[in-house]
Amino acid sequence: MAEKILMKGNEAIAVSAIRNGVDGYFGYPITPQSEVMETLMKEKPWETTGMVVLQAESEVSSINMVYGGASCGKKVMTSSSSPGISLMCEGISYIAGSELPCVIVNVMRGGPGLGTIQPSQSDYTQCVKGGGHGDYHCMVLAPASAQDMYDFVDWGFELAFKYRNPVIVLADGIIGQLMEKVELRPVKPRRTEEEILRVAPWATTGKPAGRERNIITSLSLDSTTQENFNKKLLAKYESIKENEVRFSEYMTDDAEYLFVAFGCSSRICEAATDILRQEGIKAGLLRPITLFPFPEKEIARLAGQVKSIMSIELNLGQMVEDVRLAANGRCPVGFYGRQGGIVFTPEEIAGEFKKFNNLK
Amino acid sequence: MDTLDIKRPENIVYRKPALITDNVMHYCPGCSHGTVHKLIAEVIEEMGIQDKTVGISPVGCSVFAYNYIDIDWQEAAHGRAPALATATKRLCPDKYVFTYQGDGDLASIGTAEIIHACSRGENIVVIFINNGIYGMTGGQMAPTTLLGMKTSTTPYGRDAKLNGFPLKITEMLAALDGTAYITRQSVHTAAAARKAKNAIRKGFEYSHLGIGLSFIEIVSTCNSGWKLSPVEANKWMVENMFAKYPLGDIKDTSIAEKK
Repeated sequence: MAEKILMKGNEAIAVSAIRNGVDGYFGYPITPQSEVMETLMKEKPWETTGMVVLQAESEVSSINMVYGGASCGKKVMTSSSSPGISLMCEGISYIAGSELPCVIVNVMRGGPGLGTIQPSQSDYTQCVKGGGHGDYHCMVLAPASAQDMYDFVDWGFELAFKYRNPVIVLADGIIGQLMEKVELRPVKPRRTEEEILRVAPWATTGKPAGRERNIITSLSLDSTTQENFNKKLLAKYESIKENEVRFSEYMTDDAEYLFVAFGCSSRICEAATDILRQEGIKAGLLRPITLFPFPEKEIARLAGQVKSIMSIELNLGQMVEDVRLAANGRCPVGFYGRQGGIVFTPEEIAGEFKKFNNLK
Repeated sequence: MDTLDIKRPENIVYRKPALITDNVMHYCPGCSHGTVHKLIAEVIEEMGIQDKTVGISPVGCSVFAYNYIDIDWQEAAHGRAPALATATKRLCPDKYVFTYQGDGDLASIGTAEIIHACSRGENIVVIFINNGIYGMTGGQMAPTTLLGMKTSTTPYGRDAKLNGFPLKITEMLAALDGTAYITRQSVHTAAAARKAKNAIRKGFEYSHLGIGLSFIEIVSTCNSGWKLSPVEANKWMVENMFAKYPLGDIKDTSIAEKK
C-alpha cells in the first residue's frame, strides 16, 4: 500500500517537488506559504536528488531565476502569495512570451495591497486572465486538498512541458495550511542531460558544433513577426482549451440548481449541497479543476438543465464573470462571496442559496 | 600588394572572430559595443568553450547581442540578467555563464539583482558597459551620467540637487565578499582593448574556479547619445569619464587568498 503522510498543503508542494524530479526551486518568504521553502531547505534535496533550492532577494528575482532555469530546459518552480505574485507578473509575461515551461504556486491571501494573511481567492482574475502585460495565458490549476497540492506539481510540469507554457497552481491559505493525509506517489528521478536535450531541444545548454544557436527571447521588433507570434500563442491556447479542461461534478445528474466553486470553496459547497439535498432541494456542484482552460462547455450544458447557477468564491465576484459567459443567458447566474479572510460555512451558503432562489 | 594578395591567408594579420556572425550590426559607428562583442567572441573561441557558454543579454542597445555572437543566449527582462545567470549557473555548473549589461540595466533598474548575485558569490561573469547614458531609448540620464552632462532628461546638465550623484557601482560591488575579480577597462585604443580582453578572459577562467563573481566594467562611448563624432567621443571619455571612473583592477582575489 502506498505510504500516506499527514502534512500541510504547503509541505506537500515541497515533498512532491523533490519526489517528482524537480531541478530547481527559487523563492522568497511570504505568508501563508513560507513552509514550501522551509520544508525544502530542511530536506536538503541537493544532497540527494541534486535539486537546487535558493532563497532569492525578492519575488522579482525568484521568477527571473525560474526564467533562467527554464531557459536551460530544467524543471524549475517557485511559490509565493498574492503580493509576491504581483511582483512576479513581469517575469511571468516574459516566460509566457518566451514559451518556457515552469510551475508557479500562488497560495492566495486577501488583498488588495498588503491586505491580510488570511485565505482568499481574490487573485482569480490576475492569474486566469493574465496579470502581466501582453496577450498571454498561464494554465491555472486549482487544488482543493493537500493531496491535490502534491499531485498538481507533477501534473503542472507535464502540462508546462507539453505546451511550453507557464502553469500556475492557484491555491489559497486554507489549502496551503490545512493538514491532511497525502499519499506519496512513486518517485520520478530528475531528467538526465540526454533526456533534457530530447524534451527541450530549444534549451540554452551550450551550442555544440552543427546546430544553430538557441536563443530564448520574447522580443520581435517587426510587427508582422509579433502578430504571427501572437496568433501562434492563440492557437496554443485553443488547443489547451480543447484538450486539457478538467473538472469534477457532485450530484449534478438530476440537479435542478448548480453551485460552481473552485479550491477550498468547492469543498464547502459540497457540504452545502448535502444540506440542501437533505431538505429535498436538488442541488449539485461543478468544481473547475482547471481555471484556464475553463470548463465552459460543461457549464453551458448544465445551464440548460438547471433553474439557476450560483458562483461561490472567497472574493467580490471574479469567476462568476466566466460562469455567466459560459451560461450565456440559459439560466440566471448569482454570486455569493466573503472577503478579508472570512470563510463561509456550508449553512451560510445554503441560506444564501435559498435567498437567491426564493426557496423556503 | 593588390587585393588578392591581402586576402591570402599568410598575409592576414586581423580577422573577424569565427564566433562573430555575419549579421549586420545595428550599433552606431564608433560605439564600443562592437569591440567588446569581438573581445568576448575571441575569448570564447580561444578557450574552446563555445559549447559550454551561455550568454544573458539585457534590455538596452545590446538587447540584440544574441544576433552577433554564435553561442546560446537568453534575453532577460530589464535589469534581471544576474537572476537568470544565477539559476543557469547553479543548474548547469559545468557551463560558463556571463551577463552583458548596460549602465541603466545594471546600475539602475537591476541594482538589487546585481548586488545580490555579487553578495551570493555566484560563479558568473558580468560584463558591464558604462557609457553614462541610455542609448536605446534615445539618450536619457543614466545612474552613471556625470554631473553637468547633458542628456535628453537633463537638458541643462545633471544637477546633483535635482538628479543625485553619479553611481560608482563597481566600487560598491568590490566591497562585497562574494566578488572575486572587479576591474574597470575600456576599449578606446588597441592597447586598452588588449587589456580588456585579458580581463574578460580572467573573468571566464575565474568563473570555473568556484571563487565568486567576476565583474568587468568597460567605460564606453555613446557618440550618438553624447552627440559627438567617434573621435571626439573617445577624447571626451578620456578627459571626463576616466576622471570619475578610473581604469584598472579594483579587486583581484587570488585563489590562494580565497582558500
